[in-house]
Amino acid sequence: MFNYNNITPPPRVVSDYLDRAAKLFPDKIAFADSKNMLSYSELQRRSKQTAAALISRKLFKQSAAVFLDKSVECIIAFMGAAYSGNFYTVIDTKMPFARVKKIIDTLEPAIIITDHKNFAKAQEFAGRTEILCLEDTENIIIDEALIKSVTENIINLDVLYVLFTSGSTGTPKGVIIGHRSVIDYIEWAAETFNFNETQIFGNQAPFYFDNSVLDIYSTLRNAATMYIIPQSCFAFPVTLLNFIRDKNINTVFFVPTVLCRLANMNIIDKVDISCLKNILFAGEVMPAKQLNIWKKYLPDALYANLYGPTEITVDCTYYIVNREIADDEPVPIGYPCRNSNILILNQNDEEAKINEQGELCVRGTSLAYGYYNNPEKTAEVFVQNPLNKNYRELIYRTGDLVHYNLKGEIIYDGRKDFQVKHSGHRIELGEIETAVSSIKGVEFCCCLHENINDKLVLFYSGNLASNEIRKTLADMLPDYMLPNICEQLDKMPLNLNGKIDRAKLKARLKEF
Amino acid sequence: MEEILKILEEIRPEFDFKASSNFIEDGLLDSFDIVTLVNILEEKYQIKIDGLDIIPENFSSAESIFNLVNKNKN
Repeated sequence: MFNYNNITPPPRVVSDYLDRAAKLFPDKIAFADSKNMLSYSELQRRSKQTAAALISRKLFKQSAAVFLDKSVECIIAFMGAAYSGNFYTVIDTKMPFARVKKIIDTLEPAIIITDHKNFAKAQEFAGRTEILCLEDTENIIIDEALIKSVTENIINLDVLYVLFTSGSTGTPKGVIIGHRSVIDYIEWAAETFNFNETQIFGNQAPFYFDNSVLDIYSTLRNAATMYIIPQSCFAFPVTLLNFIRDKNINTVFFVPTVLCRLANMNIIDKVDISCLKNILFAGEVMPAKQLNIWKKYLPDALYANLYGPTEITVDCTYYIVNREIADDEPVPIGYPCRNSNILILNQNDEEAKINEQGELCVRGTSLAYGYYNNPEKTAEVFVQNPLNKNYRELIYRTGDLVHYNLKGEIIYDGRKDFQVKHSGHRIELGEIETAVSSIKGVEFCCCLHENINDKLVLFYSGNLASNEIRKTLADMLPDYMLPNICEQLDKMPLNLNGKIDRAKLKARLKEF
Repeated sequence: MEEILKILEEIRPEFDFKASSNFIEDGLLDSFDIVTLVNILEEKYQIKIDGLDIIPENFSSAESIFNLVNKNKN
């Protein structure tokens, strides 16, 4: 077996990953969706044709908005941007028009990459920006020398992508990430999880959500194969399990919601998915109760809880589950990823002691360059390291509250803005949610604070009556942390990334 | 059957379920809708739908959903 981990040094730019894979395994399937498959040589050829189209327009270090349905064609567009020294932004074709418009207004892309199917829709927001259809690049004759000369001029600090995350004010923020940050992260992941060319990834994350960066670039780095799991699989759990079995998928990186749903339905053992060896999750809190159900049915798989906001390139801490975790215990977010330095700063901006809560701050090559066309927001959270008075050193303040436990593991406590003062007590809403999640019969939950009347409002889904919840919680939490209102929902509203939509629930608070 | 159609229209008021021959293929119900629908059916009819029964064929029409409910009632 070819072991890439023996190769040093890591490449300078991400297109080197594709060049290497295409040279070693030209005919191997790199990416597949429900309609098409791309071998490494095809992907390389199509990406270079796309790059040639961008180079011929004299675009360099410019933004390319990729407006395509989630498909293997997206990878062609990403790598086309990468080969030509430009950077890409993913615009979801199903995103509401108003949001697309806000992103386009902030990004002011130099070009929009789409296909014939989405061309008319792209015209609606393109304004004067040129639209390039991928099909129209298929006959371009590749000038290898020209592409090489362009690629050689890219440095590893150059931008690879700008992904937009939701902003608390309602205006999306474009997080700017460079080649070096992605390569650093992908090299760490390969070594930590022993990825190699036998990896078969089952991709769930939308491409505008940075969890997909692990799937895409680990595939390229290791000359592995990635299947885009059809969206319909997430409606029908057995279909998802059948897909995993039929494609022999051995590695997934899912949001906990997906894993919890399968665990809650008690169907993990109904389909033989023993091929699944690596189960990674991130994006929200993974309740231990559901994790333990997975461990019961697939005891030999590796489970890893990853943590990180988009601003630090996917993940900055990880925890490989290697001990028993009680159902009501939080799953640690673990330890820093290599080359990420974690600072837990208390209210005085000093390093927090064990069991002392503080804000998780990150230092390292993983840091984004800030928010696109948004210096004010950038300055708020990318700040001078308060522990370093001697020279300029930026940290990213995540707004997440964490602490070290006695084992030295980092434990996630909740968002800084989820910390509320209720009846004179300082309360972490995340703590209440952890307790509620561990109750049998609860599927999803979200606790909010209604500050006008000082009420704790719990929203939950599942088949348990609200008085039962309160009764059980009374044994788990102090009185002052018991929700004043427990509101049962038919379904928990989720945002585009599949996470609980707290903003939507917040809007309902005035009803109580 | 009418009751089922009413539930569907509540979940997705923007679609005409009567005009569709296959809810799934026509894209009328996404993954979140299926979860909601299962919860509503379980509560309304006091049944428990087995995860193995949550497959596209059982949600493709009002009739198939109706049959799924009846199967679990019995």
